[in-house]
Amino acid sequence: MSLLSDIAVSLQRGEDEQVALLVRQALDEGQEAAVILHDGLIAGMGVVGEQFREREIFLPDVLLAARAMYAGLALLKPLLAKEGVPTAGTVVIGSVRGDLHDIGKNLVGIMLAGAGFDVVDLGNDVAPERFVDAACDHGASVIGLSALLTTTMPVMKDVVELVKARGLQDRVKVIVGGAPVSDAWARQIGADAYGYDAASAVERVRALVRTPA
Amino acid sequence: MTDLLTRLATGRVLVGDGAWGTLLLARGLRQGEPPEGVNLTRPEVLEDIATQYLKAGADLITTNTFGGSPARLRQFGLDGQTEAINSAAVVAVRRVAQGHAYTSASVGPSGHLLKPYGDADPADIGTGFERQIRALAEAGADLLCIETMTDLAEAVLAVRAARTVAPSLPVMATMTFESTRRGFFTVMGASIELAVRGLSDAGADILGSNCGNGSEAMVAIAREFRARTARPIAIQPNAGLPQPLAGVLVYPETPEFMAEQARELLAAGVAIIGGCCGTTPAHTRALREVVG
Repeated sequence: MSLLSDIAVSLQRGEDEQVALLVRQALDEGQEAAVILHDGLIAGMGVVGEQFREREIFLPDVLLAARAMYAGLALLKPLLAKEGVPTAGTVVIGSVRGDLHDIGKNLVGIMLAGAGFDVVDLGNDVAPERFVDAACDHGASVIGLSALLTTTMPVMKDVVELVKARGLQDRVKVIVGGAPVSDAWARQIGADAYGYDAASAVERVRALVRTPA
Repeated sequence: MTDLLTRLATGRVLVGDGAWGTLLLARGLRQGEPPEGVNLTRPEVLEDIATQYLKAGADLITTNTFGGSPARLRQFGLDGQTEAINSAAVVAVRRVAQGHAYTSASVGPSGHLLKPYGDADPADIGTGFERQIRALAEAGADLLCIETMTDLAEAVLAVRAARTVAPSLPVMATMTFESTRRGFFTVMGASIELAVRGLSDAGADILGSNCGNGSEAMVAIAREFRARTARPIAIQPNAGLPQPLAGVLVYPETPEFMAEQARELLAAGVAIIGGCCGTTPAHTRALREVVG
């Protein structure tokens, strides 16, 4: 097996120290950071995401794999920046105002980072203005909103409307998700996409950034 | 009142109450406000809701303490009032229910992931549950209702805390499962088989599931519990999964639909049937009619 597939396999097993070791080794061998990122870390997280989606593995496995991914990413990030390698895009995420649940949102952040996106995580209980301000500040093309409560879901609509009120709807797309959220809800409030789970959120975000503004 | 476990041992099926959050919102709880804050500021609201569920025929009335662990209250800066918040909720329900229904003291997840998956130290979380449960027990709860757990390790910490600080109180412990291709698992990976073993070993008297599913999936979950344990089983479904309707979300299962599924739950040998998110006193009334 190649070093890069070893990285992917170690990542899936949640071996953070081993992933860091192998990434360093690959760099020492002269592999490009972008190649290590794609064929090592992103490939590994892709498998993790798919396995979690099918519930062949569970949240603890994903969290350990994520830790291993970040261990590798920490080594690659400065090099990617130096080499001017573009990221897959920038996404601002958070749980909406009044909602303190963050496990699902964190999972989406992990999967987005694992797919090569720059993720700006605003945490939970985030006001609509903060989402939109952060999207502008970071040049994000997508805002990801999470809600786990039927009582906080209406806040999603406030964010969508604020994006429109500021005339940003062509540049900043909004994707929504969370246990009680549905495709029909996304359409009702005028969101651009709905992520059924973390893996599908990544697919939808990919599609959103591909859509020409 | 007869002790809960003695009553269940006679084969009597009991009816649990329904959701509290939505009723609190209807009574002025603001979005983003901690539901447990009401326990100190407006306990009369708790008595009002408890009265509605008692009138609807509930045998168990839940206290408004789901988020009453110090780890969770800390998110609102309320952890210093853990004792007062938990105590007030029990006192309010008891004022209504005493002599008519059991005061079922809710203990929900801490809201933190335990190490090594998150930052929470299991010892701290366990101590926090002890603190909450001591307050619930001292205020006169009839049983502890450890609910909506997805991490078996955390559920076990809560059950052990109950056994340590309130050894005489019955403990009901229910987890939230998802339907997967390979059967029912919590998002943290606990199967029903593991849940039964872990919760039983920790000392839970009543096992089962709440939240996460409508009543149809709960029938399958109940059957699997029945196949794996002789202990009484508690099942508290959501009124289905919320559906958007004209800009608001509604839980689709009517009291009549849930009552139909409750017949299946009775056939599966469930000892306590109640409701979780989206259920109302009307659902409780419908369950009461089926249970008899």
